[in-house]
Amino acid sequence: MGSNPAGQSANWDAGIAAGIIAAHAATQGAALPILHALQETFGHVPAQAVPMVAEALGVTRADMHGIVTFYHDFRAEPAGRHVLRLCRAEACQSMGGAGLAQALLARLGIGWGETTAEGGLTVDPVYCLGLCACAPAALLDGAPLGRLDATRLDAAIAECVA
Amino acid sequence: MSAIRFFIPRDVAALAVGADAVATALQSALAARGMEAEIVRTGSRGMFWLEPLLEVQTPAGRIGYGPVQPGDIQALLDAGLLAGGAHPLRIGRPEDHPFLAAQTRLTFARCGIVDPLSLEDYQAHGGLRGLSRALSLGPAATIAEVVASGLRGRGGAGFPTGIKWQTVAATQAAQKYIVCNADEGDSGTFADRMMMEGDPFCLIEGMVIAGLAVGATRAFIYSRSEYPHANATMRAAIDAATRAGLLGPDVFGSGREFTLELRVGAGAYVCGEETALLESLEGKRGMVRAKPPLPAHHGLFGKPTVINNLISLATIPAILADGAKAYAEFGMGRSRGTMPVQLAGNIRHGGLYETGFGVTLGELVMDIGGGTATGRPVRAVQAGGPLGAYFPPSLFDTPYDYEAFTARDGLIGHGGLVVFDDSVDMAAMARFAMEFCAIESCGKCTPCRIGAVRGREVIERIMDGERVAANTALLEDLCETMRAGSLCALGGFTPYPVLSALRHFPEDFASPAKEPATWA
Repeated sequence: MGSNPAGQSANWDAGIAAGIIAAHAATQGAALPILHALQETFGHVPAQAVPMVAEALGVTRADMHGIVTFYHDFRAEPAGRHVLRLCRAEACQSMGGAGLAQALLARLGIGWGETTAEGGLTVDPVYCLGLCACAPAALLDGAPLGRLDATRLDAAIAECVA
Repeated sequence: MSAIRFFIPRDVAALAVGADAVATALQSALAARGMEAEIVRTGSRGMFWLEPLLEVQTPAGRIGYGPVQPGDIQALLDAGLLAGGAHPLRIGRPEDHPFLAAQTRLTFARCGIVDPLSLEDYQAHGGLRGLSRALSLGPAATIAEVVASGLRGRGGAGFPTGIKWQTVAATQAAQKYIVCNADEGDSGTFADRMMMEGDPFCLIEGMVIAGLAVGATRAFIYSRSEYPHANATMRAAIDAATRAGLLGPDVFGSGREFTLELRVGAGAYVCGEETALLESLEGKRGMVRAKPPLPAHHGLFGKPTVINNLISLATIPAILADGAKAYAEFGMGRSRGTMPVQLAGNIRHGGLYETGFGVTLGELVMDIGGGTATGRPVRAVQAGGPLGAYFPPSLFDTPYDYEAFTARDGLIGHGGLVVFDDSVDMAAMARFAMEFCAIESCGKCTPCRIGAVRGREVIERIMDGERVAANTALLEDLCETMRAGSLCALGGFTPYPVLSALRHFPEDFASPAKEPATWA
């Protein structure tokens, strides 16, 4: 998700995971709410949690793995301390978003979905934030950024990559 | 004396360009001058080039200033902001601004005006009139009103909303569901987001009316993880509506039960397709289901389900409040009522423009939108999101109408228009359409899963000048297979942007200089 910097995430704790799963016992179609809650807590969906969720929901581990990996949001590994979700969709492209993104990734020396060497910033692609009339746009740790250019983007992420 | 009232949007697009900083600067500047004021955080009026838009209540109405930056606040106060004084950023009364004055705001009547989380404000601006009338009409007459309004699904498919309701109402089951499709993944669209952030009670009222009409007691809104602000506002509105008795075991004193829950997707575009959305709500992978059975018969958890687009549901209160006839008087042909068109991308006056069907594409882009933001000539407009066709200016006479767009091999989709200037590479946009389809395909059907990957490769070969004529024929054939053979609109409509780019902008694909002589 990236709304919470991974730096604030808890370390793996089977008891905490079991508590999250149990809290959704009465929820219909609980898979996504549980996976979101796990990622919110641990910064990713830990591999150890997957069989626990499978058992609670009465599906096979293979099916649960299929569900976790189907959705782009769920991470197998924690993100960096900060997460930039930079929009790649058409409206942002029309305002130079593709060039902006390529220049940023080149400057940081990373590809889409990767984290800077010192763990400060993960740059994830996102396909539309609904900020299409103030493009190019991004979410930095959940905070919206619009009418981006290289100067504004660099200023926004300066502390993340310092 | 009552405190001075200011209005600054909390819409995420306003926040993205500094609305919070403007509110903070205003607060501290007023405090420094020893003035007391209330700053109401509203939704957006939908004039995004004027955001952050600051409004002040005066005896002559609300006076707007925009786009305001924190550094403008002192000068605005010196210019007599409290009385609506003259300043270069002053736009006058927002409702008199040409962009708003020419609109027909039925669905978005309150957005940008009210405090989105005040039920009192909602009712003071006409909220709950629709539900009151629906309760007095009863279920059958309520559905008849929706049918008579001519409302068609605003998600893009354009299926008559009232017919869906009739089908679910006529299906016997112990449990029925209402599902709101708020998985607004199309680039260039933000109407659902604006509604959730600016007038969430309107959606709730529409869903309650739907539930009472078809006999459903449980409902879900399926929103997106890309919309954290909208989700927070929507959750707060559901809590407030529950506390007020608008949701719960005894809706509005009717003795009827209706509960509503917000669920958030996880970054899968295909979950905007209604059957994939239902699978996702059930806790599965968002795989498209074959139809039939229709969701109206066999929907969420196998139960009869009304699944409507957010804008369709949020339009219901206006239809019930003022009657089907008043709504159907707007529009043209079989496209009745209004559409919240979203002007996006490289456009000077970007925003939400709600208008009766029938306005032309050219009027929307050039007259209302003011052409490009960069000031360069408009070269293409993608209508209807990533699965929508690219229109060249030569087709700007196309009326905004479901059938007229279909006749020109396009679609209006969820109402988004993304404008591109003459720097766009249309072959690259066609390649992106295939790339996006490959990334987002659920994988269930072969034309989409494999076709999108091969489609991208073929376009790249054309771009490299490799056997251009043969590969172009292959691409057209592949698009036909995807169009006819895919299970849902993702694979089925990806050919729209690809083929429209190829047809209207062939010069961007041709690079004959690179064609090997032996293949000439």
